[in-house]
Amino acid sequence: MSRGVRPPRGVIGAQVSHDEEMFGRVFDGRVMRRFFSFVWPYQRLLAFALIAVLVFVATQLAIPLVILYAIDHVIQPGAAATVALSSVIMFLAGVVLVNYLANYCQEALVGRIAENVVVDLRRAMFAHLQRVSLSFMDKTEVGRVMSRLQSDTGTLQEFLETSVFAIGDVVLLFGIVITLLVLDAELGLLTLSIVPILLVVRYFWLPHARAAFRRARETNSMANGALAEAIHSVRTVKAMVRGKDNHELYSDLADLNLTTHLRAAKLAQVNVPIVDGLTGGAMAIIVIVGGRMVFSGALEVGVMVAFLFYVQRFFDPIRSLTIQYSMMQRATVSGQRILEVLDVPETVIDVPDALDLVNCTGAISFDQVSFHYTPEISVLEAVSFSVSPGEKIAIVGPTGSGKSTTAALLRRFYDPLSGRVCIDGHDLRTLSQDSIGRHVSMVLQEPFLFSGTIFENIRYASVTKNTADVERAAQAVGAHDFIARLPGGYLFVLDQGGGNLSLGQRQLLSFARALVADTRILVLDEATANVDSYSERKIQRALNILLEGRTAIVIAHRLATIRDCDRILVLNHGRLVEEGSHQELMDIDGLYARLCRLNYASFDDVPSSATR
Amino acid sequence: MVATLLSSGFQLFIPRYLGKAVDNAQGFLQGAVAGVAEIEAALWLSAWMILGLSILRGLFAMVQNYFGESLNDCIAADLRKAFYHRVQQLDASFHDNAHTGDLITRGMLDLEGIRHFPSTGLVRTVMLLVLVVGGSILLISTDAVLGLISLSFVPVIAVRSAIARIQLRYLWLKQQERLTVLTNAMEENLTGIRIVRAFAAQAHELLRFDKHSSAVRQVAFERLMARVRSMTFMGFSFFVALTLALWVGGNKVLAGEITVGTLTEFLAFMMILQMPVRQIGMTVNSYARASTCGARFFEILDYPNPIESGKTLPDLKITKGEVRFEGVHFGYGEGETRVNVLSDITFNVQAGKTLGIVGPPGSGKSTIARLIPRLYEVTGGRILIDDQDVREVSLHSLRGSVGGVQQDSFVFTASVDSNIAYGNPWSDDAGVIQAGRDAQLHDFISQLPGNYQTLVGERGVSLSGGQRQRVSIARGNLINAPICILDDATAAIDADTERRIHDAVIARHDHRTSIVISHRLVSVMHADEILFLEEGKIIERGTHEELLDLRGRYAELHSLQMGASSSVEAALAQVSPG
Ligand SMILES: Nc1ncnc2c1ncn2[C@@H]1O[C@H](COP(=O)(O)OP(=O)(O)OP(=O)(O)O)[C@@H](O)[C@H]1O
Ligand SMILES: Nc1ncnc2c1ncn2[C@@H]1O[C@H](COP(=O)(O)OP(=O)(O)OP(=O)(O)O)[C@@H](O)[C@H]1O
Ligand SMILES: [Mg+2]
Ligand SMILES: [Mg+2]
Repeated sequence: MSRGVRPPRGVIGAQVSHDEEMFGRVFDGRVMRRFFSFVWPYQRLLAFALIAVLVFVATQLAIPLVILYAIDHVIQPGAAATVALSSVIMFLAGVVLVNYLANYCQEALVGRIAENVVVDLRRAMFAHLQRVSLSFMDKTEVGRVMSRLQSDTGTLQEFLETSVFAIGDVVLLFGIVITLLVLDAELGLLTLSIVPILLVVRYFWLPHARAAFRRARETNSMANGALAEAIHSVRTVKAMVRGKDNHELYSDLADLNLTTHLRAAKLAQVNVPIVDGLTGGAMAIIVIVGGRMVFSGALEVGVMVAFLFYVQRFFDPIRSLTIQYSMMQRATVSGQRILEVLDVPETVIDVPDALDLVNCTGAISFDQVSFHYTPEISVLEAVSFSVSPGEKIAIVGPTGSGKSTTAALLRRFYDPLSGRVCIDGHDLRTLSQDSIGRHVSMVLQEPFLFSGTIFENIRYASVTKNTADVERAAQAVGAHDFIARLPGGYLFVLDQGGGNLSLGQRQLLSFARALVADTRILVLDEATANVDSYSERKIQRALNILLEGRTAIVIAHRLATIRDCDRILVLNHGRLVEEGSHQELMDIDGLYARLCRLNYASFDDVPSSATR
Repeated sequence: MVATLLSSGFQLFIPRYLGKAVDNAQGFLQGAVAGVAEIEAALWLSAWMILGLSILRGLFAMVQNYFGESLNDCIAADLRKAFYHRVQQLDASFHDNAHTGDLITRGMLDLEGIRHFPSTGLVRTVMLLVLVVGGSILLISTDAVLGLISLSFVPVIAVRSAIARIQLRYLWLKQQERLTVLTNAMEENLTGIRIVRAFAAQAHELLRFDKHSSAVRQVAFERLMARVRSMTFMGFSFFVALTLALWVGGNKVLAGEITVGTLTEFLAFMMILQMPVRQIGMTVNSYARASTCGARFFEILDYPNPIESGKTLPDLKITKGEVRFEGVHFGYGEGETRVNVLSDITFNVQAGKTLGIVGPPGSGKSTIARLIPRLYEVTGGRILIDDQDVREVSLHSLRGSVGGVQQDSFVFTASVDSNIAYGNPWSDDAGVIQAGRDAQLHDFISQLPGNYQTLVGERGVSLSGGQRQRVSIARGNLINAPICILDDATAAIDADTERRIHDAVIARHDHRTSIVISHRLVSVMHADEILFLEEGKIIERGTHEELLDLRGRYAELHSLQMGASSSVEAALAQVSPG
């Protein structure tokens, strides 16, 4: 453990370790009931499994009883009862066979249910995440959600699969208690007098253990978060030569993780000698008290033997539960974390009688729309404009002025805080989200591609489109040539995020994807920012034909991009400051005119002081 | 280990005393010779022995478990560090082909899979061995025939578990692979959630999910059944042995060969074995899991790393900061799949001068930028910095001397401050704020609720495209490396802001050697030399004026950006489709 000096500003991984602030707490009382609703579909399997468990436990209990009977009544020195012994053995063999079958059934059934439940839970989470509001997804690291989708379900599955032991053990525990009491109430009670002590011990021990386990889990997720970050940011790390610093910082995290784990292990293990001591105590009681009772003739030897067997069996599950405490803890917590995901509220939802807009002319209007992501920073303030069907408008403005946000509101990624966004005169909140998707397609500012073939990427969700449609779109954005040159052409397989293409090429594909969707309204957010002007011009000419009669909103910093637009909106600090055609805006001589002059001037021509 | 041996040893003696106690008790019944006091004393002795042995067993079990887990945790911590280090060390071409979801699965889940094995698996196996070996000696020495019968299940279990291990290993591997596919799909879905929403593709995505998910479920079932078959069979063979022991033992007692106490001892011993026998199945399962996880985990640790390993090289000595490409050829990928991306690139950027690179998408501009800090290895020619081949200097010194802004800007989930200081975590407040000012971010940051301490990135305030890019610019500025590469660093920034950044940065770092890649000619037109790249070849080169005079591709670009020129429009009219 090298404890050198760490760079003052060097951090890795998110420094916040509590997930709770992001995902609200689950409503605790209903956890079990909620889970049960996932088990319920498998009620038939469950019923069979329970029967199998009961049979298994019964045979498990019966085996010592049969042995006891044999020792007590059959195997008495001198009493030549070979026949009786044979029939007892036959009976025992039968019980063993039933035990085997029941065991097989219970394990297979419980395992099957566990696997199904976990798959269902994962699907429920995934499906829910497809609906939760983007404002939640914006603030949640993918890595954290992934760890819930993946390792928490894994933990739960591991637990459920082995939980057959737990079910059996609990039933067995009760069975043993009853058997002990029936065999000899007095000795039984004496033996069980150990149990309250156990409960008291656990009562004092549990809070400490729980805290230690929570801390261990926290440091775990901190270390995992840092690892995930390192994997995602590896190119930046390389370029910035942060490898060595990061390695040291990560070592600190891993060491912290180790320390907390060791503490948790210590706490888990102090219990073991206590439980063992108590088991020994119980057996000692039986030996002495039972021995005396046998002596006084109040007890048969066989019963005493049975007691000794049962006491061992009684403490076995308690012992293993103690040893596997961490496993149970993990499973409980994982279950909670899964429910937390399922409980994230959906804020952007379809109203009950949402209109399914079938035909769309492509008219858009923003009516006094205000919006912010966090209350401290207002992003859009009372923005109003309207776009008539088939019109092409441009949105320009300094960075951070709210252009992409305007586009997001038009696609109803978020709902405006006040004012209305309408398509064809319908407030978006009254339309079904699917139908908005059918009429609006977007090229987002960050091109995102899935791993898979180029064909799959361009076609994406428009599964009814064929190869010709895909090629036409690729041709329009000027991507066809480079695609044709790639090995496999349209079947060229992209790495994650399209990493084996250049950024401009990725942008072209994401553009083609929006064209294939073939919608009335098209939003292009910096769709050609990473493309040279020559290629861009070619695209524009192709689009003029392809998009004839469709509504388009073009967002761009490079003013050459918007030269074909009918009207230009200028945003500044979330307000619509200018609106009109290129010439009109040049005449006003405001923000647009200044941006325009700067766009066309070399850095050397206009001294920056003059631009203020 | 010692603790394991002792605790299982103590466990062995408990049945012996139980047997004694039973024999004693039985003694009374048969109206045995011994006096009451003696019997009483014998009972107490047995009781104390049992209690003492149990406590000792517990103590040693505690020590054993604790050390077992500590061992696990220490190994896990070391593996963690090694994995992290390795992931950072592996070169860019490895990361191009690896899916982040897959790497994360290996680093997290597979690690968990291995971590639990040393204690649960190893310790259990040792314990079982001690119990069985010690027990066999005890039992066989007591009664050879009965002992052998009691232990007859051991070879059966040994064979069965060997078979199960092979099956389970294979199935675990298959399950892990399918799980990886599912994980990758889920991760991409969440990363691209905006695209999913924009295209109303939820149903499409769920279909994909279901496909992968049912593949996982299917192999999980197979694995489950393999495990269940072997485990229940082992339990069965154990009980069969128990039945046999009772039968033979009972007959022996009847024949007067052994006492009831001896038989009880045998049976008690077998009862103690019951739990460990049940656990063998689990152990085999976790062994299979640990070995597949281990294989996947170590695949990364053992991955050959051509660029970053090898002999120690001297540090790069920057005297002037001159960058020279001599006939550089390059293609991504290995062998057959390699596609040539750059061919015969030769240029020379003198110290303190600026090189501009323009060209259509995919022409290889960013590739040039990646070759200088040796993220990839050239396949032909060489790259020299101050006459030192980049392959012959240490990576650390090389990359430390090359700074700038990459085309994809990565924002860390951390404060603005840490983000800006990422490349230079030792810098002071003033430096960070100056970098923020130069990148024209200061005003924006000042209005954030926590100023420079505001969390940005995935968990905090999401930044707009231009803001993200400016964070990268500030980060690049703070490094202040002698060679600076700006790869399309202002594509998402408006002209006004770009100009101010340009003025601030140039004013500050005029002495640096820079390479500027851009689609906006205003950013490159003042460069000392401009290269026009197409399909990996330099097709035009010269200063802005020379290139304009050439009336070639560069001149076309220029007239397009500086207002439509009729000649270009006419040329385009011919190439445009329809
Ligand atoms: N990691 C990679 N693996 C395989 N091929 C790649 C990889 N990165 C880029 N390429 C290919 O190499 C070629 C050049 O890519 P490069 O990123 O250098 O282009 P660029 O000139 O920077 O383009 P842009 O203007 O779009 O950024 C492209 O055809 C691209 O498909
Ligand atoms: N998901 C988000 N959560 C919180 N704040 C956000 C989010 N997205 C954007 N913002 C903030 O809202 C403001 C407007 O962002 P927007 O993306 O709309 O700008 P933009 O005009 O598109 O800028 P650019 O030209 O740089 O892309 C910015 O200050 C940004 O920091
Ligand atoms: Mg934007
Ligand atoms: Mg590039």
